[in-house]
Amino acid sequence: MAQVAPRQGSLKLVNTERIKSRGAFAVVEARVMIFMKYLPALLSVAVANPFLYLLAVGVGVGKLINAHSGGVDGVKYLTFLAPALLATAAIQNALDEVVFPTLEGFKWNKNFFAMNATPISAKQIANGVLIAAMTRVLFSVTVYGTIIFLFGGFTTARGWLAIPTALAAAAAFGAFIMGIAAWTTNDDQFFMVLNRFIIMPLFLFSGTFYQLSSMPIYLRWVGWLSPLWHCTELGRYLTYGHHISAYMFAFHIVYIIAMFTFGMNFAHRQFTKRLSR
Amino acid sequence: MDNLDNALTVEENLYIYGRYFGLSKSFIRPKIEELLDFAQLVEKRGVKVEALSGGMKRRLTIARALVSEPEILMLDEPTTGLDPQARHILWDRLFRLKEQGVTLLITTHYMDEAEQLCDRLMVMDKGSIMAEDSPAGLIKTHSTKEVLEVRFGSDRNAVVAPELRELCDRIEVLPDRILMYADDGEELLHQLNQKGLHPLTSLVRRSSLEDVFLRLTGRTLID
Repeated sequence: MAQVAPRQGSLKLVNTERIKSRGAFAVVEARVMIFMKYLPALLSVAVANPFLYLLAVGVGVGKLINAHSGGVDGVKYLTFLAPALLATAAIQNALDEVVFPTLEGFKWNKNFFAMNATPISAKQIANGVLIAAMTRVLFSVTVYGTIIFLFGGFTTARGWLAIPTALAAAAAFGAFIMGIAAWTTNDDQFFMVLNRFIIMPLFLFSGTFYQLSSMPIYLRWVGWLSPLWHCTELGRYLTYGHHISAYMFAFHIVYIIAMFTFGMNFAHRQFTKRLSR
Repeated sequence: MDNLDNALTVEENLYIYGRYFGLSKSFIRPKIEELLDFAQLVEKRGVKVEALSGGMKRRLTIARALVSEPEILMLDEPTTGLDPQARHILWDRLFRLKEQGVTLLITTHYMDEAEQLCDRLMVMDKGSIMAEDSPAGLIKTHSTKEVLEVRFGSDRNAVVAPELRELCDRIEVLPDRILMYADDGEELLHQLNQKGLHPLTSLVRRSSLEDVFLRLTGRTLID
């Protein structure tokens, strides 16, 4: 028999003020406990994915491009590609970590309802899920960055600045998609639409593999809307001095902040609505 | 629905729920031991929730709710879908909580559950309160001391009903049997036999809350 301490009662035990300020971190703790369960898988994906990708595209295709045109945007292809690859990987990781827990929490397992039965609020659950997703993104992007570095993709130490821009892309897009995942009730269609009509076009048409300016004008709008393009532009500016005007520099930053703010507000509203049903 | 975190173990579910209440690790650690013991899940502590039986999941869900030492516990049909043994274990655990001074607010379709666990109960039908009292008080007010249950076969039940009505104040003709309300069931059965009415089966039992429910709502719980 376990030693039973005398009852204190929840009125004495539970400090609701403390939960108001720190509740989201309990959600993060739960998510991190789950990450730790599949840490070997996370690690191998974090290493194997970029390694294979860089081998094929960065080195293989890069060799071709470097030989024919002496690189892109005045630098070798891998250096040009690095900020875009990091931002793409960051977004992909963020989506994994906001979409699945959100669908699970609201529909498959309904554990968000259990969380919400404690003093934890709907907003705190949303914040916690995003913060946890961002910790995984930080981990994956750091591994990815290190591999790019080992492949010689960062010509100067400034190359590492592509990590914060990748994180910004993941946060802005992750927040928005988390809201959509909370809003959707039909998860089959949701995955199809998300993967085929959002992720793929964004990846292909956001100036990832070549500059957006080399695309026909009627396709460029995809990039303009995409946080991937805005963050890639910023990343290229910071890492190797890709030319952007002061006006565009400010615009990229404002766009990302605006998207993040809108995404978070949208997610908060959806979480609150769904949990009050 | 037992909305436990399927990706976590039994122990981790208790731990993280304590964290949602903002409780310190030093408080939660010994609390987990106490709750595992309470829920009879000590051997299952490291097992993922997915692998638990329905009864275990239900006990864990209730144990989880106790991590913050609540003053009131609201339970919506706590034993629905559980086998008899699992129900009895859960009733025992809930009764212990009651003994510790936790207020239990239970909604249930099982009258035996209400009888076992409730000090006061309300019978509700279509959203209105039909009666409110202690289980014993309700039985006393709305039923007789004993009930004689007789079966004459599905076809004959309705035919003999008028004759039975002469023998006691209140009878209920159900599709499969007839309930006769009396303070002395054996005596009533004796009278029945004397009248030459020989039921296929007969049973004398004490009045239960189910009889009260039948009286108040005019329908059985099977509806």
